[in-house]
Amino acid sequence: MEFARKVGVAVINALSYVGALASLAGRAAFAAFVGPFLGRPVRFQSAVAQAMEAGVRALPILSLITFFIGLILALQAAYELHRFGALNYVPAAVAISMSRELGPLITAIVVIGRSGSAFAAEIGTMKVSEEIDALQTMAIDPVHFLVTPKFIAMVLMLPCLTIWANSMGMLGGSLFGVLQADFTWTRYIHASLEALFLRDIVTGLIKSFMFGVTITAVGCLEGLSTGGGAEQVGRSTTKAVVVSIFLVILVDLVFTTLFFFLGAH
Amino acid sequence: MLEIADTTRPSAFSGGPMISVRDVRVSFTGREILHGITFDVQRGETLVILGGSGSGKSTLLRTLVGLEKPSSGEVWIAGKNFFAISEAERNEIREKIGMSFQGGALFGSMTVGENVALPLREHTKLEDSTIDIMVRLKLDQVGLSGYEQYRPSQLSGGMRKRAAVARALAMDPEMLFFDEPSAGLDPIIAAGIDQLILDLKQAFRMTIIVVTHELASAFLIADRMVLIDKGDVVAMGTVKEMQNSTHPRVRQFMDRVPEPAVAQELDYLQMLTEQQPKQGSPSPGKGR
Repeated sequence: MEFARKVGVAVINALSYVGALASLAGRAAFAAFVGPFLGRPVRFQSAVAQAMEAGVRALPILSLITFFIGLILALQAAYELHRFGALNYVPAAVAISMSRELGPLITAIVVIGRSGSAFAAEIGTMKVSEEIDALQTMAIDPVHFLVTPKFIAMVLMLPCLTIWANSMGMLGGSLFGVLQADFTWTRYIHASLEALFLRDIVTGLIKSFMFGVTITAVGCLEGLSTGGGAEQVGRSTTKAVVVSIFLVILVDLVFTTLFFFLGAH
Repeated sequence: MLEIADTTRPSAFSGGPMISVRDVRVSFTGREILHGITFDVQRGETLVILGGSGSGKSTLLRTLVGLEKPSSGEVWIAGKNFFAISEAERNEIREKIGMSFQGGALFGSMTVGENVALPLREHTKLEDSTIDIMVRLKLDQVGLSGYEQYRPSQLSGGMRKRAAVARALAMDPEMLFFDEPSAGLDPIIAAGIDQLILDLKQAFRMTIIVVTHELASAFLIADRMVLIDKGDVVAMGTVKEMQNSTHPRVRQFMDRVPEPAVAQELDYLQMLTEQQPKQGSPSPGKGR
């Protein structure tokens, strides 16, 4: 009985957490789409600044990581394919696994590390130093002021970063192709593009959009629910990263399953 | 109690009190912090809420701006029942309130000028050039002219407090709330903040509420005082009345008598288990 009660409590807590995430995302969406008609324009400057920070500044590290991932994928694929003398399928293997799965996922994980944690730390620090309270007493909605620009930046930047990550992954794979599998650069790129269907890329982008929503919601919610004290900010930041990674994988599973049964496979 | 609390409904706003707190109770996670607070603040009056650490005085101030929700009781501000109206109406009232937080609560990512300009940008349709002029005026009022481009982190504690007051003044509020205005400041800077509050009071006839435990500053700025202890109003009255009070708790506070040391094991246990001590054996106040 005790065990069943604990499971019940855990399930209720998990559901209420997801509910809180959805509610925060909903309020941010309301502020983004309905707010302007109610005379509360979206803070685009802030959104652009966030997009620079979360998107553009992530490019160097994301490029490096996805280039290596592409190279690793090529090596792993070649390990199996060369037994069948099928090394010319390496570009297809790399391109498809990057676009459908690893591009969006690795991008999300890099962004969690850089921005999801930063959201929690920034908003958490503001909470601790009463800045969130100050916003409320000035009749400024913290969600409209702080959270909405982050949502806008993230749902725009994550798909963009994902496209970039996909390309860098294929570039990484092509290094192997050219050095070890008798490809020329152009032939490798051609083979990659030929293997890809639009749906491979689109499903990846839909996932990355959802990852953007998830990461922002978790980061901001953890920040907003920070208790008193600097130590709590650290705790919120850690929790934001752990929960984001878990939820991103979960969202990935849900959408991959969905696409599988919808026939986009 | 020096003044029998008026429990009748606040009269129509025209001549009634600016702020009326009716039997307000606030609880955190099941523990009641404020046990039925009642007082009025008249228009143009400066009320000082005195109390030791953990007495609930900051919670009371936070309740007045809606940062905490009372579990029961009413708060009437400018003739409106603050917790019975919609969020939009509450925000309308909030625009008439300027609040200066204990640590300043300036936005670290903005300059001092941008901090002061923020409420104006969010709530008015003024041109940037007009806002710039108003920001300069407000900073001038608190003696910080020329600091527009500084970051809050580049200012000293006292300057940060002043900047926070400038931001609180930005919307020309009718009411000003201060949470521990002189906490953490040296006596000279603290006196400067007191003077600033007096100047604002004289120049604009604002309704001001100051939460503090600094007696000297309280006597200087207050029209009336409320002493809060462990979530209850212990005494209320003018500065003179408070100074002449014979209430033991008021005397203890006014004469700065320390709490008796915990003498008995039982008292200590009671303190730890957060129980109300028996009548006549006060235990030290605790932090929130």
